[in-house]
Amino acid sequence: MFNKILIANRGEIACRVIKTARKMGIQTVAIYSDADKNALHVQMADEAVHIGPPPANQSYIVIDNVMRAIKETGAEAVHPGYGFLSENSKFAEALEAAGVAFVGPPKGAIEAMGDKITSKKIAQEAEVSTVPGYMGLIEDADEAVKISNEIGYPVMIKASAGGGGKGMRIAWNDEEAREGFQSSKNEAASSFGDDRIFIEKFVTQPRHIEIQVLCDAHGNGIYLGERECSIQRRNQKVVEEAPSPFLDEATRKAMGEQAVALAKAVGYTSAGTVEFIVDGQKNFYFLEMNTRLQVEHPVTELITGVDLVEQMIRVAGGEKLSITQADVKLNGWAIENRLYAEDPYRNFLPSIGRLSMYRPPAEIAAGPLLRNGKWQGEAPEGPTAVRNDTGVYEGGEISMYYDPMIAKLCTWAPTREEAIEAMRIALDSFELEGIGHNLPFLSAVMDHPKFITGDITTAFIAEEYPDGFDGVELPELTLRRIAASAAAMHRVAEIRRTRVSGRMDNHERRVGTDWVVSLQGESFPVTIAADHDGSTVTFSDGSSHRVTGAWTPGDSLAEMTVDGEPLVLKVGKITGGFRIRSRGADLKVHVRTPRQAELAALMPEKLPPDTSKMLLCPMPGLIVKVDVEVGQEVQEGQALCTVEAMKMENILRAEKRAVVSKINAGPGDSLAVDDVIMEFE
Amino acid sequence: MKDILQELDDRRDVARQGGGQKRIEAQHSKGKLTARERIELLLDEDSFEEFDMFKTHRCTDFGMEKQKPYGDGVVTGWGTINGRMVYVFSQDFTVFGGSLSETHAEKICKIMDMAVQNGAPVIGLNDSGGARIQEGVASLAGYADVFQRNIMASGVVPQISVIMGPCAGGAVYSPAMTDFIFMVKDSSYMFVTGPDVVKTVTNEVVTAEELGGASTHTKKSSVADGAFDNDVEALAEVRRLVDFLPLNNREKPPVRPFFDEPGRLEESLDTLIPENANTPYDMKELILKIADEADFYEIQEDFAKNIITGFIRIEGQTVGVVANQPMVLAGCLDIDSSRKAARFVRFCDAFEIPILTLVDVPGFLPGTSQEYGGVIKHGAKLLFAYGEATVPKVTVITRKAYGGAYDVMASKHLRGDFNYAWPTAEIAVMGAKGATEIIHRADLGDAEKIAAHTKDYEDRFANPFVAAERGFIDEVIMPHSTRKRVARAFAALRNKKIRNPWKKHDNIPL
Repeated sequence: MFNKILIANRGEIACRVIKTARKMGIQTVAIYSDADKNALHVQMADEAVHIGPPPANQSYIVIDNVMRAIKETGAEAVHPGYGFLSENSKFAEALEAAGVAFVGPPKGAIEAMGDKITSKKIAQEAEVSTVPGYMGLIEDADEAVKISNEIGYPVMIKASAGGGGKGMRIAWNDEEAREGFQSSKNEAASSFGDDRIFIEKFVTQPRHIEIQVLCDAHGNGIYLGERECSIQRRNQKVVEEAPSPFLDEATRKAMGEQAVALAKAVGYTSAGTVEFIVDGQKNFYFLEMNTRLQVEHPVTELITGVDLVEQMIRVAGGEKLSITQADVKLNGWAIENRLYAEDPYRNFLPSIGRLSMYRPPAEIAAGPLLRNGKWQGEAPEGPTAVRNDTGVYEGGEISMYYDPMIAKLCTWAPTREEAIEAMRIALDSFELEGIGHNLPFLSAVMDHPKFITGDITTAFIAEEYPDGFDGVELPELTLRRIAASAAAMHRVAEIRRTRVSGRMDNHERRVGTDWVVSLQGESFPVTIAADHDGSTVTFSDGSSHRVTGAWTPGDSLAEMTVDGEPLVLKVGKITGGFRIRSRGADLKVHVRTPRQAELAALMPEKLPPDTSKMLLCPMPGLIVKVDVEVGQEVQEGQALCTVEAMKMENILRAEKRAVVSKINAGPGDSLAVDDVIMEFE
Repeated sequence: MKDILQELDDRRDVARQGGGQKRIEAQHSKGKLTARERIELLLDEDSFEEFDMFKTHRCTDFGMEKQKPYGDGVVTGWGTINGRMVYVFSQDFTVFGGSLSETHAEKICKIMDMAVQNGAPVIGLNDSGGARIQEGVASLAGYADVFQRNIMASGVVPQISVIMGPCAGGAVYSPAMTDFIFMVKDSSYMFVTGPDVVKTVTNEVVTAEELGGASTHTKKSSVADGAFDNDVEALAEVRRLVDFLPLNNREKPPVRPFFDEPGRLEESLDTLIPENANTPYDMKELILKIADEADFYEIQEDFAKNIITGFIRIEGQTVGVVANQPMVLAGCLDIDSSRKAARFVRFCDAFEIPILTLVDVPGFLPGTSQEYGGVIKHGAKLLFAYGEATVPKVTVITRKAYGGAYDVMASKHLRGDFNYAWPTAEIAVMGAKGATEIIHRADLGDAEKIAAHTKDYEDRFANPFVAAERGFIDEVIMPHSTRKRVARAFAALRNKKIRNPWKKHDNIPL
């Protein structure tokens, strides 16, 4: 086995690889750019080599620089992680030339799978199911119908030169195929001056399901089940799970065997992923093969108990696979949520900056990975697992130069239901401040009925959140439990206030038992009966909730148990109550005495100013340039001004046609988030 | 007998009605609470003891003798906030528009005299149309009587004003002399002369809100220390502030149980200072990470944001914080920030509240507007305030401490008790570039030489050790241990006693 490996990557994946290497007793070398001088992977590795300025194309993906780092440190192997040089055959070649092992497939396999057309051809030759279609020239409507029948309905009729939906028709029967062919052809001719048409299978209710394969250099190949990755936003995966709630054993086996066949066809070694698109009838079609470790590999590890990084290193070291297909058992359920530094309330605008708070939930070891002794790192054991793969720490920075992923939070449990529940709690326990992030959105997905039933397709986010994400409306029971917790917490906080020094003896304030909790537009009068273990909070309709938990005033996280069920709240301070974040909701919770509530009800509701006719500063920054003048009419998409934040220039554009009525900021002004830059008529 | 007792109840009912149901409804429809409702929210439940409920005015002009409502437009008395005594007056807009008469003023004076005598804060809830015109000079005399008491009480007991309606003309000068002024957004305003007079005299057209609303006074004039959304929030926040304040100048600041570890380490502070010395960072993060339970009561949040002032607790005890804010104007000192911080420091000193100073200051803001505005004397206010303060003073220099601004910011030379510096501190006369260009003026044409000199200067002076060598810094500390070190420093200063020479009073450069 190797004595020292270099990880040609950064962030969470570099840390992930280091963990396994350390477990295997292998020395590790990190590489870093100027921007990553203080990064976690650099701190974790035994050695670290600087390889250039922040942009990846001047550091992490410069083959010469990486080769220099290898030479300097005498690393015997390189793990490329994902992205960067992981699927770069030239890099594999350079390593080969230098006699350094590449922890990945041979360069031939990378090349073969790197090209869409070649890979599809190879797949077809290996009898892997591909999307059926007819690429040749189609003469007339009759031929179109004939071909459509061969493919099987529904089919998509497309203009060869097409784009933007023009010249595209979906046909479910002969008649529609005939009509569709004609209209597509006409449209194509008039739009593109090219009336060539082709037909392919239209995949309905598409899901993205991928198979993990693992091959050694001795002709052995196995598959480690599938991962369901249908929940994506603009082709960026957000939630993954293993196994898929959709596949049956027969389909899994068929997909797995085809995936292994494809891998063998290209002489694949190491871990790889074969991506399929699967339709509502469980028909599956090959999409592409990723010749590297996938971001979402932990879910496979969690249900199979196989440490994929370890296997990759062993295979690269020439070892034979020690597991056979028969050894691969899928056990329990694993879910991964990707935490991105993207603000869901601002249409997922990337957010960069300092993590003033970063406190992930404590990791808990459980499941096959623990049983096999392959759990990476230290964690107490529990019934359900929590795993957090990350490359950041509190006080660290999310930089503009790289992927905005902050962490991959995974849970494992014996059943899908339990794994989802564990994830909900893990998300609620994840404290992350200083930058915008998608935690509330992830919580919302975990509570979405379609996700809960597993009824998901790749269009899930586009269909369920067509206008973006604007928070969560909590169901009554959750709301009441939060209200009960807030009341109990407020009472504790108020009692502490009465313990201040300088009191008038014998005339102390008595904290009462009756309160009114207001949140999400509702008010609940409650009565608190507190004892040594907790509080029983009774609502005016007679229903009551038992609240226990070790919260003390000032704690930013309240890990409560309400009615025997865990409820985790992120607690902030507001006047007369708390800001509570839980289950994707962000609530202002007021707890008042009945009299205070009565008087508070007299206060006029102050509507937030109408910002639809304003340009707000989306991030703290400096105005570099204002491109428009008062009175000027601007068109949708027109540049209005430029804000510099973290050395990056952001051009703010008009969202619709409007006339500028007022400009509040000029070049050189330093603005905070939501400061009004200009107003429109 | 029963009838006689009933008589009291009946009279009380009448008094509590103030200006009557119709006017109470009018008050509510403006989004404002009544004088008594406000007192209910300000004080602990059932703790209010009223004085002078049946006092009436003595005016006989203009038919006033026919209307003599009980209380005369102000409710006064005492009660408790979390069990601690405070005196309160609350003007009743439903009675003669809360206008101030001779007797109205007498009621206020009475509780102020008691507050000073008994050592408890005075909280004034202002909602008044102004002087009682019918009373003429008697009303003016009443104002002056209140002013005189504000002056005498200043520095003896904390005085807090909450502006919850109009406050115009002479009426503004009573709040102006109290320690803190808070306003309610959209329903309060303060000005010496109203929009009508402004129009007549200067031809300027301006609304009451623009002239003297909460936004104007918290952002532009700095007359107000904070503004809140409505009466309920404002009164809750005043309660919160009172929890931080001592009851009088003979008492130590209050201590309350805390749920935080005094020795809590914050590893993330080790990366708070950015690599580039010119990159800003948010000083509030440091304040929150030093404070017990990340609880910070900021004073003048919206004014002169280049300096931060406010109260935190350390080990349960109140500490006043003054901190340069690198996010705004690089954290420099200027006229506004010096004035803001000087007043805050003097408040803390007057009431024995220890002061924590967090320093990252590149110097004073240069320019004609500053010099013409008198930055010399305004800057001197802060210098003076720090120098005369005898309370425990702990200072942490996080990054820049350049030039005269270094001296000003609670330096060792101004009797700082514990002066700590982070390893990232640069204590020097000025930045390396500026210094080099002066010291090596002869080499100015030679960029290479200048660069080398700059590097030399940085190596020699851009650190805390030169100052530490001289003892101007007591200790260079790890950022992550700041809370622990600061907490221990204040613990060590609990019995600090120093005295300034006797004087009638000082002559701070006002």
